[in-house]
Amino acid sequence: MGEKILFNHKELDLSVNRLCWQLIENHCDFENTVLIGMQPRGYFLAQKIHARLLALTGIQDISLGSLDITFFRDDFRRREEPLAANQTNINFLVEGKKVVFIDDVLYTGRSIRAGMDAINSFGRPQQIELLVLIDRRFSRELPIEPNYVGKTVDAIDTEKVLVEWSDDENRNGLVRLIRE
Amino acid sequence: MGSLSVNHLVGIKELSKDDIELIFQTADNFKSVINRPIKKVPSLRDITIANLFFENSTRTRLSFELAEKRLSADVINFSAASSSVKKGETLIDTVNNILAMKVDMVVMRHPNPGAAKFLSENVDSRIVNAGDGAHEHPTQALLDSYSIREKLGSVKGKKIVIVGDIVHSRVALSNIFCLQKQGAEVMVCGPATLIPKYIKELGVKVEHDLRKALEWCDVANMLRIQLERMDVKYFPSIREYTMLYGLDKPLLDSLSKKIIVMHPGPINRGVEITSDVADSDQAIILDQVENGVAIRMAVIYLLAQTIKRVE
Repeated sequence: MGEKILFNHKELDLSVNRLCWQLIENHCDFENTVLIGMQPRGYFLAQKIHARLLALTGIQDISLGSLDITFFRDDFRRREEPLAANQTNINFLVEGKKVVFIDDVLYTGRSIRAGMDAINSFGRPQQIELLVLIDRRFSRELPIEPNYVGKTVDAIDTEKVLVEWSDDENRNGLVRLIRE
Repeated sequence: MGSLSVNHLVGIKELSKDDIELIFQTADNFKSVINRPIKKVPSLRDITIANLFFENSTRTRLSFELAEKRLSADVINFSAASSSVKKGETLIDTVNNILAMKVDMVVMRHPNPGAAKFLSENVDSRIVNAGDGAHEHPTQALLDSYSIREKLGSVKGKKIVIVGDIVHSRVALSNIFCLQKQGAEVMVCGPATLIPKYIKELGVKVEHDLRKALEWCDVANMLRIQLERMDVKYFPSIREYTMLYGLDKPLLDSLSKKIIVMHPGPINRGVEITSDVADSDQAIILDQVENGVAIRMAVIYLLAQTIKRVE
């Protein structure tokens, strides 16, 4: 089992900055845009992005929610481990809005597929975009591609890409490639 | 989150404290689902559930059916009145015939105590007990505790009195098990004829004076008098029962603290509880009904998780 650091917290900071400017470029004042963090791990990144956007734009009311996709997954009863549900917290209307999904790692694309299904329970968005910190390209099982990417990683199936979210500033946002 | 320690929900007695907590946590998620504009999730789209009701039910049956449909399961309904049971078919035969049509789970209400356990031991399907005679009604007890938890933050250390017809009540027995497993104190209150003789052995307090019981408790669960199960007279008249054990507004307002009033339904207004109490802000009767759907979704979802797929 080997391990390689792909991203440290300084690089993360730079990437978050760049991703925020890209979002600002496309969404200007965020009046018709909502940010949705995919539970559980994407929500950490979403909070980071949200805080940075507030700081960069000075806008105080950018909507941020979290979406749990457990009940919309396509592998119910196909897994050995039972699926754990997390909280969904969307206290605004999604109908007619531009939705930006935020997740830490994009791998097969199945979670995002479930997320697109799940978000429809809250209305019909005008548009859905996808922002990811790590894009594991060449491992997609569905035709889903991100609009905003922190870093592209080529990893094979036996490798795991893990983003660490912790209170320790030096470890927060550390992206590790783990070989099993 | 783990999975349940049981393959069937026959009674609360078989559940562990962790099982109950897992059901509540899952129900929290489903409660948020049923309050969305689109109240449905696709989890159980390849599961078929049969609701077998050998005894009358409105609320429980609708609640189960709604829970199953919100989970996208296919549902078939069966009631004893219009079935071959009348022609002399045995319970196992009836159920096996239904299972031969590729049904994955059975929700059953039956007038005989132990019917759900019997079925769980004799047929190859997941069984959910929706009430078996005067034995258990596990989902009702779960939704009652869930409603208390929602209102008071937790069930542990709370004092709950169950008032009325304890001897004929499956709700009472399941509630006693469920509340005690979560660390609550339980008291039963009613006329001596409606309190089972050995109930103290379950570790519950017994009180025959309603006012004293209400002064003691945080929550009062008022049960219906089950006239349909009474083969002999248990008390002189309904009027006398109401005078001694009916909860009215003056009595509720005269208590030294604000208690929560629950009722599993159907309510006999003016008998065990008056209309102004049932409709007061201390009553959480309609919250119980809403929570019933979330709890039943959680139970069905967690049991369905263990059904093996045929590849």
